[in-house]
Amino acid sequence: MSQDPGRSAIIGNIRRGLKRGPLPADQQAMLAGRLATHPRHLVPARGQGDSARLVASFMDNVLREFGTVQRLPDFAAVPGAISAYLAAQNIAAEITVSPHPELQAIPFADTPLLKVRFGKAEPTDPVTVTQAFAGIAETGTLMMPSGPERPTTNNLLSDTAIAVIRAARIVGAYEDAFDLLRTERAGMPRNVMMITGPSRSADIEQTLELGAHGPRSLHVLIVDES
Amino acid sequence: MLQTSRTFKENATSAMANAGLQRALTRARPQYAKKRLAAVERLPEFEALRDEARDIKNHAIANLDFYLETYAANVEKSGGIVHWCATAEDARKTVLEIARKAGAKTVTKGKSMVTEEIHLNDYLEANGVTPVETDLAEYILQLRHEPPSHIIGPAFHLNREDWEETFRKSHTDLPADRVFRDARDIQSEARLQLRNKFFAADMGITGANFLIAETGTSVIVTNEGNGDLTQTLPRVHVVVTSIEKVVPTVEDTLSLLRVLARSATGQDISVYTTFSTGARRPGDPDGPEEYHVVLVDNGRSGMVGTEFQEMLRCIRCAACMNHCPVYGVVGGHAYGSTYPGPMGSVLTPMLVGVDEAGQLPNASTFCGKCESVCPVKIPLTGLMRHWREREFERHLTPSAMRYGLSFWAWFARRPGLYRFGTRMAAIGLGLLGRRGGHLPRLPFLGGWTKGRDFPSPEGDTFFARYAAAQRQRNAGGRS
Repeated sequence: MSQDPGRSAIIGNIRRGLKRGPLPADQQAMLAGRLATHPRHLVPARGQGDSARLVASFMDNVLREFGTVQRLPDFAAVPGAISAYLAAQNIAAEITVSPHPELQAIPFADTPLLKVRFGKAEPTDPVTVTQAFAGIAETGTLMMPSGPERPTTNNLLSDTAIAVIRAARIVGAYEDAFDLLRTERAGMPRNVMMITGPSRSADIEQTLELGAHGPRSLHVLIVDES
Repeated sequence: MLQTSRTFKENATSAMANAGLQRALTRARPQYAKKRLAAVERLPEFEALRDEARDIKNHAIANLDFYLETYAANVEKSGGIVHWCATAEDARKTVLEIARKAGAKTVTKGKSMVTEEIHLNDYLEANGVTPVETDLAEYILQLRHEPPSHIIGPAFHLNREDWEETFRKSHTDLPADRVFRDARDIQSEARLQLRNKFFAADMGITGANFLIAETGTSVIVTNEGNGDLTQTLPRVHVVVTSIEKVVPTVEDTLSLLRVLARSATGQDISVYTTFSTGARRPGDPDGPEEYHVVLVDNGRSGMVGTEFQEMLRCIRCAACMNHCPVYGVVGGHAYGSTYPGPMGSVLTPMLVGVDEAGQLPNASTFCGKCESVCPVKIPLTGLMRHWREREFERHLTPSAMRYGLSFWAWFARRPGLYRFGTRMAAIGLGLLGRRGGHLPRLPFLGGWTKGRDFPSPEGDTFFARYAAAQRQRNAGGRS
């Protein structure tokens, strides 16, 4: 099927080891069926439950992973919450916001002290605000698929990352988040980051230090408005 | 790295005399084990997940040809290019060629053991391409010209003074008398040094923890975020990975992720688990314009169908070395190969030959701790035993050991004599060590007792005790 010598060598060697030629058609069809249905395996109990339980355990796990979290009634409360958070951390009120429609609809103009720019983060931008596609209760994880509305760099370049997520988008297990992705996006996005807490390293004497190459802090705003 | 597995014994002796290394090992070792245990205890389903993880990898390997071809087809469908490389040399040349076509002068790198295995950095450097390691530990090792000593904590062997000294020597643009108050200051300095390099690089190289056949996706798992910057900012992203990393579906990957971080660092999940599929799409504000996968075999396909096939399940979590009493005393460099510890002792002879690395499978007490913590249940001691057999068959075992074994075999085939002899030895040694409970020196075993004490026998031999227990049971007694 291919003239590539490396490929023929590798595939040929594997088949010699397995003591067979290419898989017979019926077995190929069976494996193709497994790929098409991509069955789930055991999903731990901690990733299951009703919505209230999932939101609560999501919040617990964000805190456990050295993130911070705040629950807000609606999107109108977001600018005030961001201002207050930055002031408390003694960080300048200057934010780069991912161009997601949900974030673009937020009335930032009502909070004039907050300097807002929509777009992709520049290397020196101190604070980014992103919208999370889904939250995963199991480990307090945010799912961030790339696309025009969600630049990958906005998850990485700032010292302080703020993620906004609707409570209704918090699911139990990783599998649930990928189900949403399969339903709502045609095919796998170029990049899907699953983010759990701020960046860190324990390379120096196994001492955990936050803020390696990515954000030093991660603040999650959960919005109850649906 | 330089392959020095042949001199494992000498390496181990000097490692044990290295005070700095011993301090680092004593500090680091218990922490990994403790963190793993805590993570496992938080997840009641962990044991069941290990069985599933083993089964998923077994299924993938039993159909490896099918899944690799499906994976490659799906990478190509999403605009990526797959390069099949049978040998390390093919892989090195391929990466260089991609760099040359891209006009790349500097290349940032995320942590990748496969690039260590194929000695990529030296090769790129010799050919005018500058690799820049961006993982904090890999970065300092590059400055120190040292290989990693651990597969997930490459600077396992260093102490804080080593970090400070190396940074002072290397970052000459900073004031020489600056003070590092804590690890955070050291980390911040590395972050600043590397920031510009991320943006200046023309190409980024990462490894992969998993390859997903269903979607043509490569997955990396990191805590620092360096891997993500490496694969997002430069114009070209090259994934250097190996054939056994392929799994069928996203769901298979998610199940494996549940055991990976818990076994490795004791985290529930790593900070960044990133799925990459192809190059930048229309409308994407960022991401690489080219996406290449260099798929390395380097001896792995030869393990399929042999007793070593089970080793292909390995997901490189390092739990085996974190729990190994031998690794804990000699550290990673003594193994003299890219992969240290129990998994390295099984894999290395396959990669470089049993003549070169036959010593490594002997570097085990066979205590079995490694396989009891392996997330994919690889029977590591059994596999090391296979290597010992091959080494013996090929007469690679040192002659003193061969004579010793032959003597023992002669003795063991004469049960009466064997029982009498061992009983006399047990009584004799018991008398010798009756004060401290251990023997710091033994005749003819100076090499063994130099590094540890021999526990003095307490009571009788196993045979004698077993026989006594049998007699008691037959007499209707209860023990």
